[in-house]
Amino acid sequence: MDPMESIKATFFLECEELLGDLEAGLMALENGEGDDETVNAIFRAVHSVKGGAGAFGLDDLVRFAHVFETALDRMRSGQIAAAGDAVKLMLRAADVLADLVQTARDGGPGVEQQRSMAIAAELEALSEGRDPAPANADGELAIDTVPDDAGIDGLDFTPQTVSLDLPADLEAAAPAPVGWRIRFRPNTDLYAKANDAAFLLRELEGLGECQVTPDLSGLPAFDDLDPEVSHLAWEIELSGECSEAAIREVFEFAEGDCELEIAQLDHHAGSAALPPGPDPAGPEISLSDANAELMAELPGPVAAPVASDKPAKPQAQPASATAPAQATIRVELDRVDRLIDLVGELVINQAMLAQRASESDLGRSNGVSMALDDLEQLTREIQDSCMAIRAQPVKSVFQRMPRLLREIAAMTGKQVRLVTEGEGTEVDKTVIERLTEPLTHMVRNAVDHGLETPGERKGAGKPEEGTVRLSAVHRSGRIVIEVADDGRGINRERVRQKAVDRGLIDASAALSDEEVDNLIFHPGFSTADQVSDISGRGVGMDVVKRSIQALGGRISISSRPGEGSVFTLSLPLTLAVLDGMVVTCAGETLVAPLTAIVETLKPRPEDLEKFGPQGRLLKVRDTYVPLIDVGVRLGWRTSGTDPAQCVVLLVETESGGRAALLVDAIQGQRQVVIKSLEANYQRVDGVAAATILGDGRVALILDIDAVISSRRAPPPTGQASLAKAS
Amino acid sequence: MSQTVLTVDDSRTMREMLRAALDTAGFRVIQAEDGVDGLDRLEEEMPDVIITDINMPRLDGFGFIESVRGDERYRGVPILVLTTESEPAKKMRARDAGATGWIVKPFDPERLVDAVRRVSAAG
Repeated sequence: MDPMESIKATFFLECEELLGDLEAGLMALENGEGDDETVNAIFRAVHSVKGGAGAFGLDDLVRFAHVFETALDRMRSGQIAAAGDAVKLMLRAADVLADLVQTARDGGPGVEQQRSMAIAAELEALSEGRDPAPANADGELAIDTVPDDAGIDGLDFTPQTVSLDLPADLEAAAPAPVGWRIRFRPNTDLYAKANDAAFLLRELEGLGECQVTPDLSGLPAFDDLDPEVSHLAWEIELSGECSEAAIREVFEFAEGDCELEIAQLDHHAGSAALPPGPDPAGPEISLSDANAELMAELPGPVAAPVASDKPAKPQAQPASATAPAQATIRVELDRVDRLIDLVGELVINQAMLAQRASESDLGRSNGVSMALDDLEQLTREIQDSCMAIRAQPVKSVFQRMPRLLREIAAMTGKQVRLVTEGEGTEVDKTVIERLTEPLTHMVRNAVDHGLETPGERKGAGKPEEGTVRLSAVHRSGRIVIEVADDGRGINRERVRQKAVDRGLIDASAALSDEEVDNLIFHPGFSTADQVSDISGRGVGMDVVKRSIQALGGRISISSRPGEGSVFTLSLPLTLAVLDGMVVTCAGETLVAPLTAIVETLKPRPEDLEKFGPQGRLLKVRDTYVPLIDVGVRLGWRTSGTDPAQCVVLLVETESGGRAALLVDAIQGQRQVVIKSLEANYQRVDGVAAATILGDGRVALILDIDAVISSRRAPPPTGQASLAKAS
Repeated sequence: MSQTVLTVDDSRTMREMLRAALDTAGFRVIQAEDGVDGLDRLEEEMPDVIITDINMPRLDGFGFIESVRGDERYRGVPILVLTTESEPAKKMRARDAGATGWIVKPFDPERLVDAVRRVSAAG
């Protein structure tokens, strides 16, 4: 790749981080949590975006970033309060900036000019401390008033040094000068800033032939010489057709730290326009001689950066030895996935090996067995480490939500505050990627359906600003994400009515609150009377549920009228491996995810109860849980076996419901590599995936939730109408 | 022997641009992410020229320059600051802190290399 292209790619990557920091910082300010450093960090983010954009000639971006930066600079210096409306405006500006970055990266139609200009105008008004221009300010304002020194036109490296001494037209009018006389006397400051008179003379030499006369009159006796003080001056006669600007450019960095006089040499035999200086005490010497003499006679006015009394560090080490260790490296995802695939194979292979070993009766204390134990441990560690490579914090998804929320709030006229927790919680990259859409939809729903209008909230005695809380946490090998709002809660009457109207349930059906709440996950169900722009789009919670399930996750809802609703997502941390319990059922080998299993037990005949025509309950300590024969459920046998001869897996679903799964026998616990069935067999009800066991056989992995839920939902009458519908 | 340039900038993009320009011109480049990092680098390296940004977290360009100038070992090392045309006041502050010269962003690679050569023995 062209190096510039690759740097540009880096720039856009960096922009994403900067925009994330920008938004996070502004949010902190909005919540009153920021301090001076927050404002500084925000400023730096915008400044860096502008800097990079300038380097790539992304002018639209530079212009907007400049206006933004100016306002932030004001905020930084305390002229604008870092709170309230100013911060809100900057949040909107941050959105525009993000859009401009995206446009610059992906091309496309671009940001609506109107919008970016209106925001720019508001920012400028803010910077200048006047009332914002009306929102429909026709935009010209914003762009025209960007100062010319925005740095976008100045692609030139150095500011054009304008000569203050010469009339502007002199250079043009006068014939090309034959030369210049330059008188140069550095101050001590020149050296303190690590400028070097010798280098400046060397630069001059690059402009034309130089006759350099050192003025040694200020040079004290050697004993009195202070190496830190400047003692010398030079007079240089420069011949050649260079401009005064070029000469001044040489002395650009020395400006203010030296006395500098530049005068044109007379056309006739070098009578300089300069008044005669002090008599040169030394003979005229050529520049190179002057240099040599300087070097030989004088210690650098500033102790040169060499041989201090400290032992010199070896400087010539190879770069690799001294280069700072990089904290991160970028690796193509393909490589990581290939590695994970291979580790998966390794796990299977290790399992097979362990099985062979146990079959050959080596005994636990046998050296081979012990080495195999170590191998198992090691394999697991390798596997965990590999998975960790793919793990990413959910921050990247959560970060998208504030903007979304602002937009919905603006569209609905509701006031919303977003609270996020556990952004650092890590989960597999694939899960992250596929989480954005369902989460977006849920957050949208929370505001659109969950929260009331400010008026309604006030009437209900709540603060006018609603709160949406987004949290993530690791719980028993899964990641649990909650979207909670403090709105009106689910209107069960209306949900029920809607479900009856749509023929999903019978009008007489007796449903628990939980069952009513879960109706919203039914295909095609929408609680809004009118499909709105925001939550509508033909996507319902059923789609959310399906996409979560496709990730091996579960979704549940709990709601309290008047207090709000909580949607809970539970997802596996990785889609590649699973801790499972290997069981036998109807002659088949199955794997049950360990995370769902609470305990295993041998059922006693006296704990079994009949329930309805086919149902059975099992008494576990003091509670009854439904007993499900997995063999029957999966259609492998028609009649249930004698529970007393079997084993029960007591499992718990994400919503907290329990069930007892009846299987024939338990083989043991094992980590299994998940092999998807969907590519070849599509989705199979009750089966989550498959795996290869140590003996080389394929075993199905149970989808516990599906096994249980097909028993309990939908309510009886609903079943009939669903059957009709399909 | 090729000269070493220490670049101090919190923007990865800018660091890469500086590296690309200086690499091409045959300089050896070492990088730091902010002023504190830059001072750490100086503990292990003796650059011939330092290029630093101004706006940086932890320790900004002014503070960094002052620290470098205040250190016997490095006060003779030329320091160029990265600045923009819209910040004349910053340029002055950087000079007061002890900067040798400045580079205006966005920079042209050739002019950048010129500036580095101008203040160093690499000319």
